[in-house]
Amino acid sequence: MSDLNKFFKMDADDDRADGFEKVTGRAKYTAEHQIPNLAYGLFVCSTIAKGSIKNLDDSLALKANGVLDVISFKNCPNIPGYNSITADGKKNNFEWRGLKVLNDNKVWFFGQPIALVIADSFENATDAVKLVKADYEKEDFETDFNKARSDESKLKSAGTYKRGNDKAYKTAPVFIEAEYTTPIEVHNPMEMHASIAVWDGDDKLTLYDKTQGPKSTQSTIARTFGLPEKNVRVITEYVGGAFGSGLRSWPHVPAACIAAKKLNRPVKVLLTRPQMFSLVGYRPQSWQKIGVGADGSGKLIGISHTAISNTSGYEDYREGIVDVSRFLYACENVDTDYKILPLDLSTPTWMRGPGEVTGCYALECALDELSYKLKIDPVELRIKNYTDINPENKMPWSGKNLKECYEAGKEKIGWKNRSAIPGKLKENGMLVGYGMGGGVFGAGKGNATVKAILKADGNLILQSAVSDMGPGTTTAMAKVAAEAMQMPIAKIKFMLGDSDLPPGPTQGGSATTSTLGSAVHLVCESLKQNLKESVIQNIPSFKNYTTSDLDVKNENIFSTKENNISISIAELMKAVGKNSIEITKESAGNYGQPRKYTSNSFSVHFVKVHVHPKTGAIQLQHVVTTGDAGKIISENTARSQMLGGVVGGIGMALKEELKIDHKTGEIMNASFGTYHLPLHTDIPLIDVWFVNKPDPYINEIGAKGVGEIALIGFAAAVANAIFNATGKRVRDLPITAEKLGFNKA
Amino acid sequence: MQTIKVDESRRGFLKKSSAIAALCLTPPIFLKAISFSKIIPLPIAKEKLQLEINGKPYDLEVDARTSLLDMLREQLGLTGTKKGCDMGQCGACIVHVNGKVVNSCLSLAIDNNGNKITTIEGLANGDQLHPIQEAFIKHDAMQCGYCTPGQIMSAVACIREGQANTRENIKDFMEGNICRCGSYQNIIDAIIEVKKSGKIV
Repeated sequence: MSDLNKFFKMDADDDRADGFEKVTGRAKYTAEHQIPNLAYGLFVCSTIAKGSIKNLDDSLALKANGVLDVISFKNCPNIPGYNSITADGKKNNFEWRGLKVLNDNKVWFFGQPIALVIADSFENATDAVKLVKADYEKEDFETDFNKARSDESKLKSAGTYKRGNDKAYKTAPVFIEAEYTTPIEVHNPMEMHASIAVWDGDDKLTLYDKTQGPKSTQSTIARTFGLPEKNVRVITEYVGGAFGSGLRSWPHVPAACIAAKKLNRPVKVLLTRPQMFSLVGYRPQSWQKIGVGADGSGKLIGISHTAISNTSGYEDYREGIVDVSRFLYACENVDTDYKILPLDLSTPTWMRGPGEVTGCYALECALDELSYKLKIDPVELRIKNYTDINPENKMPWSGKNLKECYEAGKEKIGWKNRSAIPGKLKENGMLVGYGMGGGVFGAGKGNATVKAILKADGNLILQSAVSDMGPGTTTAMAKVAAEAMQMPIAKIKFMLGDSDLPPGPTQGGSATTSTLGSAVHLVCESLKQNLKESVIQNIPSFKNYTTSDLDVKNENIFSTKENNISISIAELMKAVGKNSIEITKESAGNYGQPRKYTSNSFSVHFVKVHVHPKTGAIQLQHVVTTGDAGKIISENTARSQMLGGVVGGIGMALKEELKIDHKTGEIMNASFGTYHLPLHTDIPLIDVWFVNKPDPYINEIGAKGVGEIALIGFAAAVANAIFNATGKRVRDLPITAEKLGFNKA
Repeated sequence: MQTIKVDESRRGFLKKSSAIAALCLTPPIFLKAISFSKIIPLPIAKEKLQLEINGKPYDLEVDARTSLLDMLREQLGLTGTKKGCDMGQCGACIVHVNGKVVNSCLSLAIDNNGNKITTIEGLANGDQLHPIQEAFIKHDAMQCGYCTPGQIMSAVACIREGQANTRENIKDFMEGNICRCGSYQNIIDAIIEVKKSGKIV
């Protein structure tokens, strides 16, 4: 019997640290900074998919009201980072990755920025964009993934793997093989990307930017414009979602810097919502084939996993689609093969759970298919192939409590009501199905530096140059500090969003809590040590004690041996004549270090679905999502991330699909009216549960990430529940009534 | 609409019809400037506008093309109201105009003469939060916070208009407010709590 009390109830002491700013509208996002004399930059985008610009006519735009300049390949200043050779003739190791916007007349995809119109108002810029005309030399192009992938010569290998025998699944007494396809999905954070560049003279730049890594953006932009890093300041106070789209600097970022410098005036470059569909990355389209075989008892004999995903014509992008199949289950014979397919589209990028989301969708559906063939419960099949040793690297997991997730999820969703034969269960006239799917993502700890400032009034300020796209970094870090310092969370403030602060990690790969939390823990331990040493040196009643005799709690330093030896932080500061104590500590990461353990976060999702027997309308009834991510630091914000993963997974399973007109290469549904995101009415009751046991090896605080596992495996749970309800297996996302065979004309 | 181009092609015809539509909105003084042989950028009119925002009177001059949303954000620095799509499809820009919810990106600023506008900045009384704002914090009904002002303005209207009777009722009313972080369940929980409390919203 699992502890169902762990289905979290809201804890009033766990409020989001920046909730007040967010509910009052005071939180400032990138485009909202008020800068005097600001000009507005908007992109003119290509209307062909591939070729070159023969002539760009900007004469009318330049005459239009309030237009200050039009920048294109015709007049773009030389950008040091755009050159492959440095000024002294050497290879430029810091050459700009990706599209060198405004640099040349090449067109790589439909909707590519070909000019930047800068005007004195948003309205004037918007109107002038329509006045720039381009004549093109068109070239043949290909945007059709399903057509192009059958041509082997177009595929680039992105790695193969084999252990044991190749294609061993085919020799197993029971096996399945199936193909799974997923469309392009787009991040679409609610805040559209924007950058404001403000130059101070020729060599100092302040950049307000929507980025998941202020330090990484600082470094990229400094290198691109040939500046010392310290001369570039990146400010990112609030990030209105990103899900990966803020992990690198996209073309609008250098465009803002170029324009502001050329005009000697602050410039804000804004992307429109349609541009958000092609200019800040997306999850690539994929085709996968999985073969899984087992003996009669369900013990896996072989897994073969082949995948193709698309990239752009100008840059290779790959992700860990097939990686999961190598280690999630005990299996002696595993082979994987991953290839990428260049198409004439913009470059994809990491999107929440990159690779694993796509891979686990296929793997977890394949296991479900196998379970029906074996006539074994799908949870039972997974438990039969459970392993505490990672079969790929042969190391034990630092923490793995997946079986507890299975038990808790089964109980809460009412798994016992599931019919082993699909299409047999009805409720209120609706077909009922239960399904589950699991997820996994790497866990580690990177480098981070945190500065602590303890004030005489007992307030503690922590600083690091990170940004937060919504998971709740300031909340979680304040909790880590409150626990380490044994002080009230209300007196702790975590400051971020400025590259001038001590260097912190990019927020991505579910690593912020582990990486930054370890640094917060470290600086707090140093602070306590400093306080103890200070009382011993400066306060006579403490002079015979050692630091191990002392403790710090509720803003007092006291002896653990005698009751009456105690001094408040305020009294200590007064005695030593200080207003504050400041300590900066760097916490070293463990990536690439020799280790005895391997670390991952795990999730298991359970879904109950209704399918209308006549129309095929799909309605989720209940979701139970469980996570094994070590110690949960902030229950409220971790729970919210899990809820968000479920919502993202509902989009992936049932709604989201980017559509391209392959005759022109143009995206056909670049708006919220036509690209369907999950809405309020799509969301069923969702229960969240965590194992909440510290991982003893991962880091000092025992916490791993939940951002990715929240989503990974969820689409499979939905697909499996729909099969359980209907007996129809749709292997092409999103699953719709039409694909289930309903509503056909 | 800023430009006019007319030729005999179909495209030209389409441009002419939209140009004519634009002419209806253009002050007569500019009509002389129009030549039917080439594109000419037209001067843009600024119009006077008087309205009340969060109880404070404003006397403004606004570009005739400016949306209510851009006027709030770019001209007045009231950036609590968010731009999520600029097409009326996401709800991030919702404000109350004379007590009714409006997607401010779809409303021209100059059409709001004499109107009373309430934005997220006008909901709290100083640091004393509105019950919906308090409930959003208590239920963690946000992650990135970008859709939050729009969700809150809709939520207030949902209760005021008597549409918060059941969970399904609330979901239907809130359908136009997208939350990409996926805080939907917590948003509904927050609204239900305020509704049940009977607090005046």
